[in-house]
Amino acid sequence: MKDIVEIRWHGRGGQGAKTASLLLADAAFNTGKYVQGFPEYGPERMGAPITAYDRISTERCTVHSNIYEPDYVVVVDESLIDSVPVTAGLKEEGAIVINSSKDPEEIRPLLKGYKGRVCTIDANKISEEELGKVFPNTPMLAAIVKISGVVEENEFIKDMEGSYKHKFASKPQVIEGNMRALKRSMEEVKG
Amino acid sequence: MAIRERLSGNEAIAYAMKQINPDVMGAFPITPSTEIPQYFATYVDNGEVDTEFIAVESEHSAMSTCIGAEAAGARAISATSSCGLCYMTEMLYIAASDRLPITLAVSCRALSGPININNDHSDAMGVRDAGWIMLFAETNQEAYDNYLMAMRIAESVNLPIMICQDGFITSHAIENIDLVETEKVQEFVGERPLDHYLLKPQETMAVGAYATPVYYMEAKRAQAQAMIDAKDAIRKVSKEFGDMTGRYYDLIEKYEMDDAETAVIMIGSSAGTAKEAIQDLRAKGHKVGLIKVRSFHPFPDKEIVDAVKGLKAFAVMDKDDSFNGHCGPMYAETCAALVAAGVSAKAINYIYGLGGRDVKVSSIEKVFAELEEIAKTGNVGETYRYLEVRE
Repeated sequence: MKDIVEIRWHGRGGQGAKTASLLLADAAFNTGKYVQGFPEYGPERMGAPITAYDRISTERCTVHSNIYEPDYVVVVDESLIDSVPVTAGLKEEGAIVINSSKDPEEIRPLLKGYKGRVCTIDANKISEEELGKVFPNTPMLAAIVKISGVVEENEFIKDMEGSYKHKFASKPQVIEGNMRALKRSMEEVKG
Repeated sequence: MAIRERLSGNEAIAYAMKQINPDVMGAFPITPSTEIPQYFATYVDNGEVDTEFIAVESEHSAMSTCIGAEAAGARAISATSSCGLCYMTEMLYIAASDRLPITLAVSCRALSGPININNDHSDAMGVRDAGWIMLFAETNQEAYDNYLMAMRIAESVNLPIMICQDGFITSHAIENIDLVETEKVQEFVGERPLDHYLLKPQETMAVGAYATPVYYMEAKRAQAQAMIDAKDAIRKVSKEFGDMTGRYYDLIEKYEMDDAETAVIMIGSSAGTAKEAIQDLRAKGHKVGLIKVRSFHPFPDKEIVDAVKGLKAFAVMDKDDSFNGHCGPMYAETCAALVAAGVSAKAINYIYGLGGRDVKVSSIEKVFAELEEIAKTGNVGETYRYLEVRE
């Protein structure tokens, strides 16, 4: 891993992109890293485009601004590609991970000439099948961990299991589905 | 051993409050400080603290609650932001002039209008003459640490204290933090030293009495002296805190100032962004530095004058405008300190980051580019400037 990895999340209000960015910060923190996890706040409402950020580093990062040249971008809602400049500033040696049933090469022409790695994962399908609802943020979190390598995969799985056990102590039946969603996403992400 | 955690700035403040376990909290919610009373109310509900939580109908009443409780002999706290702080203003003056060491957490936010929920310092700066000690934090860690020191500082001079951090930028960002064990916190904060207070048996007293012209000015002079004395109180408590935690703080922090030729003076979270800009510029051979102001009031006049001596040019950064037609509050106070010390300087003022306008590493680099031009040519030009604004 580089000394600092910067990740930008694009989602729509209510999809859990903010929560996913904070969960990623948590997972990185639990493996000994310095983290910053923060959403961009404004007049948000359900369905409106939102942005969230993660900085994960080996030394404390003192910068308190948004991220303009991310190493990775996560797009939780495919429809945002038309309306939001999702690849703005994205490093060519980095990657963009998009929630889509399409293949990466079908998406690439829509990305305004982005030359770097394009990955897709059908997070809606995975969450519907494993959780019974469209909660794309859990599979998207696993996909970005896999693609970016900011957290070692097995450590991540172990850490998430621990936090789900804590979070869903009163409804343990949810834990298994979430764990399956994470693992499937890591296997099924393309590109 | 410190406890390694990751918390947002608001969570960190609420946690500090829990560790201290004060007597009374009077609070009314407002973005972005709402989470502080929200988390704290959970601690109250869970029985983790035995604080009397008084949910009131306005910030004016929240501060009134604190005034009543503190005058009675309790330790009282509140939290607010933006218009909430404005609405408290009348009572902020009462708290200070009644010499009540109340602790108020402020997650700083712009004032309307246009309506805006994001960060700048116009709320805190708007009440700067109310007579409160005002400490500002760059990070969640500093907000937490300042809060742990707040009561000791305030109670040693009998003035109320505001612990300010940047709304959203630090209040809502999760970052690593080292927490102090609760037993150590309680030992450090101790009990409020009480001399005169309303609930003291066998001592009748009045708080907030009328003062005729024969007495009013003496009361104000005593209040002014307390603020002068607050500088030493901050230093003394900060030294003790440093001995406990290894984290030493002063009235200002000098960053890369030893051989600096140009520098910025700033407050709050953007100072961290400036540190990164300074590292980048120094790697290219530029002798640049930062003076971060931790204590805005009492103002570190002599400390800043000493720190800027020898600089070829510097910029004072205000995340707020006084709308006086020529400068922001930090610049005004800095220039007053320079004149009093008989020091002349090439100093410009930037109004920046209003209403959450993002302050980037490149924003700070622009300021240094301007400063190096001034240093080279000797021409200061317009001193009252806006950073990165469309005109």
